[in-house]
Amino acid sequence: MIEPGPSTLRRTPLFERHVAAGAKLVDFAGWEMPVQYEGVRQEHLAVRSSCGIFDVSHMGEIETSGPDAPALLQRLLSNDVQALGLGGAQYSVLCREDAGVLDDLFTYRLGEDRYLTVTNASNHGADLAWFQDHAQGLDVTVTDAIDDWAMLAVQGPLAREVAQAISDSPLPARMHVERRRLAGADVLICGTGYTGEDGVEVLARPGDAAGLWDELVRRGATPAGLGARDTLRLEVCYHLYGNDLSVERGPIEAGLGWCCKEDTGFIGSDAVREVREAGPAEKLAAFMIEGPGIPRQGNPVTGGGVVTSGTLSPSLEVGIGMAYVPASSAAPGTHLEIDVRGKMRPAVVKEKPLYRKGS
Amino acid sequence: MSQASYPEDLLYHPEHDWARIDASDQEHATLGVTWYAQDALGEVVFFDPPAVGTTLSKNESYAEVESVKAVSDVIAPLSGEIIEINESLADNPAMINEDPYGEGWMVKVRLSDPSEREALLDAAAYRATLAG
Repeated sequence: MIEPGPSTLRRTPLFERHVAAGAKLVDFAGWEMPVQYEGVRQEHLAVRSSCGIFDVSHMGEIETSGPDAPALLQRLLSNDVQALGLGGAQYSVLCREDAGVLDDLFTYRLGEDRYLTVTNASNHGADLAWFQDHAQGLDVTVTDAIDDWAMLAVQGPLAREVAQAISDSPLPARMHVERRRLAGADVLICGTGYTGEDGVEVLARPGDAAGLWDELVRRGATPAGLGARDTLRLEVCYHLYGNDLSVERGPIEAGLGWCCKEDTGFIGSDAVREVREAGPAEKLAAFMIEGPGIPRQGNPVTGGGVVTSGTLSPSLEVGIGMAYVPASSAAPGTHLEIDVRGKMRPAVVKEKPLYRKGS
Repeated sequence: MSQASYPEDLLYHPEHDWARIDASDQEHATLGVTWYAQDALGEVVFFDPPAVGTTLSKNESYAEVESVKAVSDVIAPLSGEIIEINESLADNPAMINEDPYGEGWMVKVRLSDPSEREALLDAAAYRATLAG
């Protein structure tokens, strides 16, 4: 049962808005966050069909600046940071030497030698320490910017229209970031998201967040909680750190080889190259249950493997999930059997993403 | 049902389950989950009942109810044998949210020890457990 969290939890600048909207609040990585307002399913469908707004202010930010900022990030992040242009956004993982994944991150290039990296709430402190440790001896400043930013995600087929209406100039394209004035507030607006829909993420000063929220809701954005955020991302097979990513496995196993550029020499690149060349023993497969049953994190897969994320897909109305399975069982079309609390549920491996627009 | 409600004619188990025993038939009971349980769980998307004939033991789980986000055990408030399950919940599990004490009933049981009801709570006592 979901219980309200104690008052020691951190609260975002939008906390009062969530309470006023009747949200169910839960402890998420030490933050008191809305898991749902009216209901996960209807919030999910609002994002798929029109526009939803999420408070993701619990996510952390690390600013890296100075002449050696590109070199530091190239060493830490799995992607090719040199290829990131001004105003660009890039996804990457942060690895240990053994390729175990410490976090998955979006990095925005705000200036010639100035970058903003968005972290997962549960990893922010450790990420920051990792950045600072590796900055020793370099001409670079690593700053904890978590208290400088609130973050709103406006997502859905109508999201750009809703956000554009209060913007002083055209919104940036997908995977780009720009400074804008939104309803009079100075923000960073990014063509990114975690739902599989078009939309933007808005980094705003904490004092401006509630006004922006009100304005976007007034223009038709439906408040959506972390529950819908999870079902939306799972339908399109985006990874959730702590479920699908951990230090126990590397990015190749997770299907994130596309954001690993071993030639850059990032920490963990040797281990990643080794797994890529030899082929991983396990792969993260997306699957659909055939018949009734809802898979959940931790459910075993017959013949080896474990479910790392599972839910009932509100769009597809069937149990879906992702599981690490032996590489030989990871090809689309492979039949699996998931042990859902003692009941064997047949499932089939599917191409990612599980949900496609119009399907 | 958006407002909390705990009918006076039901008996309650502190694990958020109710039992209805008709005055005219003390040998049988209808079971379900309370308003509080369905509200905490959120929209129910799957109800996995046991088969007719299954034996229930008081205080033990006999079924699972799932929302998009979570699974919850349904605890038997009384012991007995299942004589009927609410088949309509298979197609319409949201009835557990919409009408938890009516169309959202889960199973009917033949009680093995009707005196167990003495240990259950009345509506006021159950409501008091929620206040804490």
